[in-house]
Amino acid sequence: MVAVSSWLRSPCPALVIDASGAVHSMNDAAKSLFPQRIAPHWRHGETVSVAERSYAVHRADNEDGSATWWLLDETDLLLERERAALLTRMSGALMMSLNPERCMTVVAELAAAHLADEVLVIAPPSVDGHPVTRCRRGEPPTYELRHVDVEAVAGLSEVLRGFPPVPSQWIDPAVAPEWLARDVSSIVVTPLPGHGVPAGALILMRRGERFSEGEEAFARLFASRAGVAISAASLFTQQAVITERLTRDLLPPALRRYEHVELAGRYRASGDTEHVGGDFYDVHELPDDQLFVVLGDVCGKGLDAAAQTGKVRTAVHALLQVVTDHDKMLHALNQALLTTDESRFITTVVGTVRPVDEGLHVTLTSGGHLPPLIVRASGAVEVAATKGTLVGILPRIVTATDEVVLAPGDSCLLYTDGITEACGGPLGDEEFGEDRLRRALTGCGGMPAEALVEHVHMLASHWIGGGAHDDMAVLAITAPRRRTS
Amino acid sequence: MKAVDDLWEAVLDRDEHRATDVVLAAAEDHGHEVVLLDVIGAVQQRVGREWAANRISVAQEHAITAINDRAVTALSITRPRRQPVHGRVTVACVDGEWHALPARLLAEVLSARGFAVDYLGAQVPAPHLITYLHRTGPDVVALSSSIATRLPAAHATMTACQATGVPVMVGGAAFGTDGGHAKRFGANAWAADARSAADMLMSQTLSRPSAPHQPIDDLPHLADQEYTLVSRSARDLVRSVYRELEECLPAMKSYSDEQRQHTAEDLAHIVEFLATALYMNDDALFHTFLSWTGQVLDARGVPSRVMEPTLDLLAAQLRDFPRAQRMLKLRSCADAQ
Repeated sequence: MVAVSSWLRSPCPALVIDASGAVHSMNDAAKSLFPQRIAPHWRHGETVSVAERSYAVHRADNEDGSATWWLLDETDLLLERERAALLTRMSGALMMSLNPERCMTVVAELAAAHLADEVLVIAPPSVDGHPVTRCRRGEPPTYELRHVDVEAVAGLSEVLRGFPPVPSQWIDPAVAPEWLARDVSSIVVTPLPGHGVPAGALILMRRGERFSEGEEAFARLFASRAGVAISAASLFTQQAVITERLTRDLLPPALRRYEHVELAGRYRASGDTEHVGGDFYDVHELPDDQLFVVLGDVCGKGLDAAAQTGKVRTAVHALLQVVTDHDKMLHALNQALLTTDESRFITTVVGTVRPVDEGLHVTLTSGGHLPPLIVRASGAVEVAATKGTLVGILPRIVTATDEVVLAPGDSCLLYTDGITEACGGPLGDEEFGEDRLRRALTGCGGMPAEALVEHVHMLASHWIGGGAHDDMAVLAITAPRRRTS
Repeated sequence: MKAVDDLWEAVLDRDEHRATDVVLAAAEDHGHEVVLLDVIGAVQQRVGREWAANRISVAQEHAITAINDRAVTALSITRPRRQPVHGRVTVACVDGEWHALPARLLAEVLSARGFAVDYLGAQVPAPHLITYLHRTGPDVVALSSSIATRLPAAHATMTACQATGVPVMVGGAAFGTDGGHAKRFGANAWAADARSAADMLMSQTLSRPSAPHQPIDDLPHLADQEYTLVSRSARDLVRSVYRELEECLPAMKSYSDEQRQHTAEDLAHIVEFLATALYMNDDALFHTFLSWTGQVLDARGVPSRVMEPTLDLLAAQLRDFPRAQRMLKLRSCADAQ
């Protein structure tokens, strides 16, 4: 009978155990698995470990009271499952961060937990050395920038250059440099492929057994995912650094405090993802403790407008070296803007601040911009009597300059239409408007400059609520209150 | 402490020089941390109480805070510089949060305790904060929020920070006196004040957040969309309730522009708090706000009986929203207490 004898030739180990628990018979596969006599106490469905492999044991009851136990080898299944879980966990952890250091740390931590006793992730060098993350199993990872001799490790410099392509390679622990490893029995260096930018190398080290072929293959898979994540993070960092450098000059300047003048500015670009927009302000120091202040608005918004503000600010700074008279300055700026390719015009207001005995003497000239507001310490609000033509659109411009004196506690507020044209309010469809701004400022007499700009910015933002807003810039020039005692 | 009263007097007079003198002298006697938290912090809390009691205006609050802020700067300059010995912490306010000083005080305390601190200040749009976290890879981000209505934004920002793998500690009055809101958001830590925040960061390493999740996973009740619909139509709601209110209360017809704006703003506030309470599914949040508004209206001389028809009109507008109905109805019990 074929059916009876077939279990004997089954590749699956099987044993018949009688009612007393003694082994009655085994098939060939079971005999080779259990060369010695055994007296198993298994539970149906459990996984048992025999000769370094894992078996799921299944019991099938026979009519005579005995039971046939089948052992299904699931070693490879469990290994695959563990590796899939590791890759999933790694992908999840690596996807979260665009920080190269953090990515390296995650890679080192996971590799030390699952692949090796000690792990080193080393990235291509910066000027301060190679970023190196080291992690020993069970310990927290460490990150440092250090100068190491990569030439001392065969193939490592090629891996770190990302070219020519090199396979994973074994390093003899006996010749490994001190900085790399101590007291390890095997070392394997695997490239972290960066696709375009080299991401570095993953160095796995073990103290006991060597790496099997399967483990090495899995390490390569692990490294290829890690490399993609690390290089994405590096690319993001590069781009972010470039953006930061190029836009640094477009950011509103940090305003410092002067002995006789308090200055404070607030800026918010219309887009939440941008730091810069089409509004701008700047402060320049002139001889005799005088300050030159400019605030303005380039027509349009976004990055193109922001780029234009950079040009305008540079032009103003350059012109200031030869002309400080407002009318002449705005004429020159008008000419300069007319002769550039881009046809963007601006509105601007310029001010010269001079300390006097009574406080501050401020000269103000508007080039088509909202006139500055004077907030007296008493809470009285005045509008500076200056008006003029837009700058950069007509061949000739006309300006009218106003002069005001700020007594201690008085402020002069320069702002862009992002404040007054803020649309919203409790009913959702009103402009904030100049009247409302002036009314609000009557409660702001004697405020420090920072508080004044913050308050104005807040009122406009609250007015807008959750809605979209234009670029906003506010600048306050305040005559400081004098020390009483 | 005498310094608290002295500083309070000085900031009320808007006398920056005197305020700075008080702070520097107190630092000599008590040390920087005590002055930051128990003098400047205490005065700042008093500002909050005075504002809540309608005894000072928002403009005054800003002026006082600016003077306190300068005192912090003066104090900071005199602090001996030391190399950071602990981890790196990013301190920021939730976008739309105007109260920057609590976060600044935390930043100062952490720096003094030896942390490497990046203080980003108030009004940090979430995309800027996230980019900053990727760029700098801090060990912890500390998020501050004072105003309850910023809670939904705080939750979104917190979840976004966690999705970069950085643990988030939250603090500030918005999260409740026991930090209950922070727990429901799944914050990695909550601290009642700057001192306990610093203690906690020194004594333990916050665990990294697990895999990214959706904010709605923390607050399953959001699935009914009541918050979404109410917050989206907030302005229409305010407009129609305002019009109906004018019909109920003929006195409103003779209101000045400013009174009209006040009334509309009060209405907008009520709707904003109702939306926040819906977000948190927290009736008490709404009722606490209502009783506080009642007190402010009293202080302002506005008869608080305006409140009753307002809430009835709102309830009529939100007929199809069971949770909003519950909150608007239960108020009579809350009023009775």
